[in-house]
Amino acid sequence: MIALLKRDLMLAVRAGGGFGLGLAFFLIVIVLVPFGVGPEAEILARIAPGMLWVAALLAALLSLDRIFALDYEDGSLPLLATSPLPLEGVALVKGIAHWVTTGLPLTLAAPALGFLLNLAPSAYVWLFVSLAFGTPALSMIGAFGAALTVGVKRGGLLMSLLVLPLYVPTLIFGAEAVRRGADGFDASTPMLMLAGITLGCFAVLPFAAAAALRGNLR
Amino acid sequence: MIPDLGKYAIEVLTVYAVSIAMLVGVVAITLHRSRKVKARLAAVEAMQGGAK
Amino acid sequence: MSIWEYANPKKFITTTTPLVPWLLWGAIAVLGVGLTWGFFFTPDDARQGSTVKIFYLHVPSAMMAINVWAMMLMASVIWLVRRHHVSALAAKAAAPIGVVMTIMALFTGAIWGQPIWGTWWAWDPRLTSFLILFLFYLGYIALWAAIEDPDTAADLTSVLCIVGSVFAILSRYAVNFWNQGLHQPASLSLDKEENVADVFWYPALVCIAGFVLLFLALVLIRTATEIRLRRIRALEMRMRS
Repeated sequence: MIALLKRDLMLAVRAGGGFGLGLAFFLIVIVLVPFGVGPEAEILARIAPGMLWVAALLAALLSLDRIFALDYEDGSLPLLATSPLPLEGVALVKGIAHWVTTGLPLTLAAPALGFLLNLAPSAYVWLFVSLAFGTPALSMIGAFGAALTVGVKRGGLLMSLLVLPLYVPTLIFGAEAVRRGADGFDASTPMLMLAGITLGCFAVLPFAAAAALRGNLR
Repeated sequence: MIPDLGKYAIEVLTVYAVSIAMLVGVVAITLHRSRKVKARLAAVEAMQGGAK
Repeated sequence: MSIWEYANPKKFITTTTPLVPWLLWGAIAVLGVGLTWGFFFTPDDARQGSTVKIFYLHVPSAMMAINVWAMMLMASVIWLVRRHHVSALAAKAAAPIGVVMTIMALFTGAIWGQPIWGTWWAWDPRLTSFLILFLFYLGYIALWAAIEDPDTAADLTSVLCIVGSVFAILSRYAVNFWNQGLHQPASLSLDKEENVADVFWYPALVCIAGFVLLFLALVLIRTATEIRLRRIRALEMRMRS
């Protein structure tokens, strides 16, 4: 399993698309926000938590269809299926790999982007922590969505339609945690919920994704 | 005959009209599609019978 | 693929076809009674005025929106476990009906909220949850449409339905949390259970019964249609080879 993880990470880094593209997209979306909403600092500060989360979420979505697509196209997916490693393990590793190449960089970059939106000082920690807890869930949910649509030509849009509603609980709690942090309130309740969702996703979704992969590989 | 609906008359009547229209619509589409598919199945089965 | 693969699908059609006219006409009759009763023979509400009459359409459609998804969930599980094609096709057949119910619930709910909110739409927890349910329905239907092979489609959509159900319930709680977090007063939530007098509830019950009968009739017809479509596909593929 570690070997598979290393392989996927190597591929992502070498292909170059993974890292940089997600981060660049994140930056661009955040930059667009003031153009759309107006430069008033008050307003930006109010919507910053939510917009940062939404932008991170969309950036995570970008690279999802590549999780399984490359393996599917070059025929290595059936090989992975028949390997001694269970498909659930494959799905889990793919989710983790996606997080390392997309979610983690987004989490690290987010505080820097908070400045652009006038994020309240007390919220930075919460922004970082909530994304750290929440982006793994986004990756795992995304892996599930990718497994469902791996056989669909140009299935990226369909996958987004399937995955984005599944993102709603994570988004709600993540953004709320940052908002409460911004207002100076205690953000432990949403953080706990967020952690619960992420753990639940990693516990259950590898099985669902494996079932989807099996269905598609038949 | 229609009771005095007061200031919400338009809203209530619109809701009823649209909802009933939706129900009628879904029934109509369902029945129509059923008929079309039944006919198509009969045609394909006839062709099958002829080809055998 | 042989003729009617299993005895099941054919038996389903022969068994349910005679039931359909009864269910359909029964639905129309019951709904007619219920709506007439509710529309003409019930009083207005002190606060909501005549919009309370929307209750008789909103409550049944909202209940059906959820119940249809629940039925799809059960059918999906049965498909994954027992591989009965009829089960998978029944879930597929039910989805569009569920969409219509959800849209109706959203539409009637939004307008019913008008006197209370003074606006056509508000991010009330209930309405928001139904909006999310609507998106889940769309995704489910889109996935069925996108997959070529019927068995694969049945598998994938079943898994989606199960995962979607978990997230739908999760979202319900998240949305409640989210809305309360905006410090909106509780009076903004359309709680249909609060103080519903009998005079309103009885016609609503009749309408609910009507909607249920209607759903049963429609899902039976649509499942039969799906079975026939599957057979057409099998025959056409055989002819081609």
